[in-house]
Amino acid sequence: MKMKMFYITMFALLMGAFSINSNAQVKLTGAGSTFDYPIFSKWFDVYNKMTGVQINYASIGSGGGIQQVTVGTVDFGASDAPLTEEQMKTFNEKRGTEIIHIPIIMGGVAITYNLPSVGQGLKLDGAALADIYLGKITKWNDPRIVKLNPGKNLPNKAILVAHRSEGSGTSFIFTSYLSKVSPEWAKKVGNSTSVNWPVGLGAKGTEGVAGLIAQTQGAIGYIELAYAKQNNLPYCLMKNKDGNFVDVNFNTVSDAAAGAAKNMPKDLRAVITNADGKNSYPISGFSWIVVPKDIKDYSHAAALVKFLKWAVTKGQADATSLYYAPLPKQVQKLDLEKINLITSNGKKL
Amino acid sequence: MLNSPGESLKERESFEKIQSYFKKSKEKKTSGFLNKILGNNNLGDIIFERLTLLFAVLVFSLVIFMGWEMYSHSVLSIKQFGLNFLVNSTWDPAITQVFGALPMIFGTIVSSLIGLIIAVPLGLSVAVFLSELAPAWLEKPLSFLTELLAGIPSVIYGLWGIFVLVPWLRDVVEPFLQNEFPNSPFFQGAPYGYGMLAAGLILSIMVLPIISSISRDILKSVPDAQREAAYALGATRWEVTKIVLSNARSGLLGAIMLGFGRAIGETMAVTMVIGNRAGISASLFDPSYTMASVLANEFTEATTDLYLNALIELALVLFIITILINMLAHLLVWSTERKWK
Repeated sequence: MKMKMFYITMFALLMGAFSINSNAQVKLTGAGSTFDYPIFSKWFDVYNKMTGVQINYASIGSGGGIQQVTVGTVDFGASDAPLTEEQMKTFNEKRGTEIIHIPIIMGGVAITYNLPSVGQGLKLDGAALADIYLGKITKWNDPRIVKLNPGKNLPNKAILVAHRSEGSGTSFIFTSYLSKVSPEWAKKVGNSTSVNWPVGLGAKGTEGVAGLIAQTQGAIGYIELAYAKQNNLPYCLMKNKDGNFVDVNFNTVSDAAAGAAKNMPKDLRAVITNADGKNSYPISGFSWIVVPKDIKDYSHAAALVKFLKWAVTKGQADATSLYYAPLPKQVQKLDLEKINLITSNGKKL
Repeated sequence: MLNSPGESLKERESFEKIQSYFKKSKEKKTSGFLNKILGNNNLGDIIFERLTLLFAVLVFSLVIFMGWEMYSHSVLSIKQFGLNFLVNSTWDPAITQVFGALPMIFGTIVSSLIGLIIAVPLGLSVAVFLSELAPAWLEKPLSFLTELLAGIPSVIYGLWGIFVLVPWLRDVVEPFLQNEFPNSPFFQGAPYGYGMLAAGLILSIMVLPIISSISRDILKSVPDAQREAAYALGATRWEVTKIVLSNARSGLLGAIMLGFGRAIGETMAVTMVIGNRAGISASLFDPSYTMASVLANEFTEATTDLYLNALIELALVLFIITILINMLAHLLVWSTERKWK
């Protein structure tokens, strides 16, 4: 009898030791956007060394990330496009709690081209770009492009339109911009991670689009800011809402977010293309981390909240070295307010 | 243990009991399944037979299961579009959410056909040379080299397509074709290199080793007595080859169909050069789209349920087409084999 009591005590002690142990080493899992993957892996590494919290991330695409977080197999999802009303409704039904959008990092989309006679700094505005992608402007010496670029030697050459063939967050930002500046685009083609492109060639991945443009004189395409910078590709100065031609870089992308922060929707599902502001680059966008508002497991909730707070503030310092644009201060503040709303079984954290 | 006559009665009785037990159990087994096993004394054979049968059934049920899974995950789209899915040519995930697979079915079949048109004469010539004409010292290394082509990963073909084939088509082949045939509907539009022609060419290289190696095996299976008889009657080499070819024709057709099946399912290399736009055009210079490419491109970021269902239905269509072609191929190969038996 004594022996039995001894075993039970030992067992209880051991269990206690294990449970304490598991509290110290919370493992978080996430899935989603491939666009976010480079900065996430840097963050998770740095954060793991700092705090011991392990975060595993599967870059399976935004759509997959949203699905995984909806069925609850991961702690957080990451998406380049905000959830649609329908998706949010499904989430509510399945998880019994709302979903929170937290803008986590920013990206800019550069319009790159191959015109040796023009060199750097071709100027375009939204309407012209939309008409190029609608197939209505087909030559580089079209009067509308000439008018925007006085003094540039525009050749009498057909425009080859390039776009991403696979569904991507970059396409989402790009088509969101075109939908805002061209009613015809909004009506005919719309805004999504993949659309029914009226003209042009689809190439796989950013590398594919960049390769297609590099190979073909007269080509135009959209690629991530990071890629354009790394490979020194020529890119367009885009006319923004305030009428200025703006270079794409970390500052102008962050300015777009700052311009949009003033009238940000409450749920932070802001698509900030064509934003207000003197220096705002018009084809910019957020990438979001999406999490349930109420998280059952207390240890996971606590660890996740801590990480998110770190990522939207101190973590932003890593952005530029990986060619993302950091969140401006105003958006960081909005993010922190949102993160503070996360609860575990109704309890504040 | 010995059974000496001096045993006690008890021991004797127990011995008889055991004997009778064995007799009974043997009688029981004279009819029925167990006897078959023990009587034939080849338990191992039976177990082996059942095991292989089990695996064969498993593979077959896997195919059924896959088909069922795809069907059950595409119900939404099947209900919404019905047969229109196969004849509608709009694929719009953004605004209208209307999905029609016709451009992809067209792109898949046409690009595969172009591949075959080029690969079949080449593959058959290679096979005829290897089985009928080549000296023994040349046959082995040549067949090895053709079969080596089949082992190259398709992404390598794709890269080769982007960096070698496409620029060559753009700068040399397509301008030439346009100059020579200015009025042909097949060579209209700006020559960018990417498009249906590039996809067809890549596919032709990829299916060539399949067609040539299977055809060679089939030509070899034509009995030598045939050739000898023909020679004995005074036939020339070409006449003998003609006889061999005509006797092997349905088997050769089977080889071509297997190549077709391979071309239809090819994804990566095609995606990299075809231009990826859903549209139907007579011009080989225009971009197109195949079913496998759409799946590879759009599956990860498909967010709405209907979109996902439509993609899975597309996979189902591809699955059914592939199965039909493979069945046809097997039927044809089987019919030649039966002839020769």
